[in-house]
Amino acid sequence: MAASHPSGPRDASHGPGAPATAAGDALRATGAAVRDADPGDAVAGVAPRWVASPASTEEVAALMRVSAGYDLAVVPVGGGTKQAWGDPPQRCDLVVGTSSLVLGGGSAVEHSCGDLVARVSAGLPFDVLQSALAASGQELALDGPVPGGTVGGMLATAAAGPRRLRYGTARDLLIGITVVLADGTVARSGGKVVKNVAGYDLGKLFTGSYGTLGIITEAVFRLHPVPPARRWVTTALPAPAAAGESATGFPVGPGALATALAASQAEPSAVELDWLAPSGAPALSVLVEGTAAGDRAETVRGLVGSGRATGVRAEAVRDLAGGGDGPAPGGRVEAVPETAVTRQAPGWWGAPPGEVLLELRIPPSGVDRALSAVAGRGLPARVRGSLASAVLQIALPGEVGAAAFAAFVSGVRADVAPLGGRLTVLAAPAELARLAGRWGPVAALPLMRRVKERFDPGRRMSPGRMAGGL
Amino acid sequence: MTETLDELARRLAGVLPPGAVITDPVRLRTYECDGLTHHRAVPGIVVLPGSAEQIAAVVKLCGEYGVPFVARGAGTGLSGGALPRTDGVLVVTSKMRRILQIDLANRRAVVEPGVSNLAITEAVREHGYYYAPDPSSQQVCTIGGNVAENSGGAHCLKYGFTVNHVLALEIVTPDGDIVTLDADDPGYDLLGAFVGSEGTLGITTKVTVRLSRTPESVTTLLAAFRDIEQGGQAVSAIIGGGIVPAAIEMMDALAIEAAEAAVACAYPEGAGAVLIVELDGPAAEVAHQFAEVERVCRAVGAFELRTAAGPEERAAIWKGRKSAFAAVGRISPAYIVQDGVVPRTALPEVLAGIDRLSAEHGIRVANVFHAGDGNLHPLVLFDDAEPGAGERAEAVSGRILDLCIEHGGSITGEHGVGVDKSRYMPKMFTDDDLDTMQLVRCAFDPRGLSNPGKVFPTPRLCGEVPGVRRGVHPLVESGRAEQF
Repeated sequence: MAASHPSGPRDASHGPGAPATAAGDALRATGAAVRDADPGDAVAGVAPRWVASPASTEEVAALMRVSAGYDLAVVPVGGGTKQAWGDPPQRCDLVVGTSSLVLGGGSAVEHSCGDLVARVSAGLPFDVLQSALAASGQELALDGPVPGGTVGGMLATAAAGPRRLRYGTARDLLIGITVVLADGTVARSGGKVVKNVAGYDLGKLFTGSYGTLGIITEAVFRLHPVPPARRWVTTALPAPAAAGESATGFPVGPGALATALAASQAEPSAVELDWLAPSGAPALSVLVEGTAAGDRAETVRGLVGSGRATGVRAEAVRDLAGGGDGPAPGGRVEAVPETAVTRQAPGWWGAPPGEVLLELRIPPSGVDRALSAVAGRGLPARVRGSLASAVLQIALPGEVGAAAFAAFVSGVRADVAPLGGRLTVLAAPAELARLAGRWGPVAALPLMRRVKERFDPGRRMSPGRMAGGL
Repeated sequence: MTETLDELARRLAGVLPPGAVITDPVRLRTYECDGLTHHRAVPGIVVLPGSAEQIAAVVKLCGEYGVPFVARGAGTGLSGGALPRTDGVLVVTSKMRRILQIDLANRRAVVEPGVSNLAITEAVREHGYYYAPDPSSQQVCTIGGNVAENSGGAHCLKYGFTVNHVLALEIVTPDGDIVTLDADDPGYDLLGAFVGSEGTLGITTKVTVRLSRTPESVTTLLAAFRDIEQGGQAVSAIIGGGIVPAAIEMMDALAIEAAEAAVACAYPEGAGAVLIVELDGPAAEVAHQFAEVERVCRAVGAFELRTAAGPEERAAIWKGRKSAFAAVGRISPAYIVQDGVVPRTALPEVLAGIDRLSAEHGIRVANVFHAGDGNLHPLVLFDDAEPGAGERAEAVSGRILDLCIEHGGSITGEHGVGVDKSRYMPKMFTDDDLDTMQLVRCAFDPRGLSNPGKVFPTPRLCGEVPGVRRGVHPLVESGRAEQF
């Protein structure tokens, strides 16, 4: 550790040892818990020198002021579950762990039950928050993809799950935020009320910012009542044929069926896919929530059944959803045996399909062609995610190798680009992602760079972790 | 007009179609205010561009001359957000009202900024879709203005605001660049930051909106209560019971009186408060929820319940509510429309506080509010012929905002800050909060030319980007930006 080097004020600007000692002392002098880092603290392979566990927003601010004075690069870490998301930081001196953070009153959640609002410490694990809210029959209507992930980490990565179709993502439910900037400035925007248009919405800007603009310490969310009932309608669609069946190879296009379901007045909360490309049978599962969920699930089962019966043509399936043109030619609105209605989600529901993950976003009408583009690469890729919102995760085997990985990414990128689709590398070790490039083209990058430059002119906040080296 | 504006007007005429540059003082006057008529300023120049490229050219020329510009849609805003600059250019989007694409397969539409909010719904209704945000001015107000203000409406309790329904924007930045902000692009959510920035980050030139499926069933119920407390209890019981109505609106006795005088809405006689509850969604769900709402309303003491059997009866129920703002003109020579938000549980306390203020100052206040989300629209009534009355009304109006802030609420739920409420921003936010928001402004508009003087109380200079620099910034290197 650098602290054992001889040091003195005169050589403070030379060599790594002396300033390290002074910086470490200054960090400890803030009163926040600070320890020397050990190898297990590395963020995406980049080792920090110190790890701080501040207990309050004020302590985070004090740490950031010291970091500014000593030009330390800082990376906030929550549960550490998504370190492979984003590029590794270009440098990292201090890890700020958020798990000890509490709100002013000493608790990690302040639940205003009657207002359907909760103020939450960023370091609180998402599942702990949900259990706390469930006691009052309420929930934050988001799906935490990874157990142990924190609220702050979920915001920083804009992670979202199946129910995005109905409730949107974290940005849509976040109504207030507290952040600490690189220079230690504490800033809040929004508030504790759902309806509020006073000032810029910093919450939107920080959601999905991967720690590159500052540290999120608190968030206020709009909550929803836990629905009185939930039903999942799950079916297995026929596996894609080698060729010839249809333009996309799917006898029943999962995307076309999802589009029909999303447009149906049964108002599903989620329409999810689980499929092992290139030749597995796609599983499709639809969540219906609320009162009368049972009745509505039967409606969905009917739609699924007739969608399967009519097969390939997207237009035919769409008509089934009540587009005003009556039943589709040949459509039979009846359940088929392969379709089950259950009170439990299928085992794969909402779980990441693997560790090496790509994310595909595309206008919904392009989903089936995008799936066939994935199949066309021939790799055993597991595709899972929100069909109706057309945000899908694609998992590739960890041992795929950098060259094959890059070929897959650039190939699918090229195939989906004309359809308005985007493919990003969501989670992958640096050595895999480097060749492929994580982000693909980013239209507004020059503006984003200007935002980064204003918020973090010294490039000390998780530098390089995000698109375009932000 | 100054020499600078004279010259700028000539240059603008060179990049715009004939007739698109207005400098005639009489015609300029028609643009001197938006929906908030007590703030007035005759614009230096008005332009009527027809495309994003023309707006970009206008903005570039403004930059060249260091002249501020303000975008304006239909001018229905209620916070002076589109108040012109006498030393600047008003960019009016009224010629950009084409619906460019309706894409039902992807549940989206692409429109120009001058398209009215309702025109989108009208274009897709026959296919069973609609555009969800529905501000009261939806027949006239433009989607570009909705984007600037992050407009809501009566149904945003369940469906959210403009920002939740915009999938992509094409904007002209204050540098005059045409940039697309897309929700599906990786990187910062600049789309989310732009919506609701009240024209201070640039001008919207194209909007991709999400289309929503027309609900299978809609039920509208009117409940009459003896007083506003009972109405409030009903709201709490409905929401506490796990129901999220599409809309839940309340009017007090004075607001009902005004509505009766104006549109004869025939609300139940003797009502001290009426509640309008609208439920929508799958028929089976709506039926369950309706029974529950009806039970709750009766339990807390509703003395009359009416249910709309069809669209006409629904319109009749909404008629009084939708006309309420204008209706108070029937019972008062002048009035101020306030827009504040409190946590729903603080509603009884805040309404009592408004009553006290009203009594203390001898100023009548009619209350109309989106009860589900605690968004109050107190109508502060006064006689502008009476000396000092306007000042007292202004004082009451301001104190109502203080009440909202004291109870953890907001100074605006949907009308925006504009020029009208910028002075209240320091009561709601610290200097550090405002300085941090200003960083966003400086990133987009370092010279402060895009709608200056709005939202923020004092103009702040952006200055150089401080701090450590390592080498040349890639933007500068590529010639995409200068350092300011």
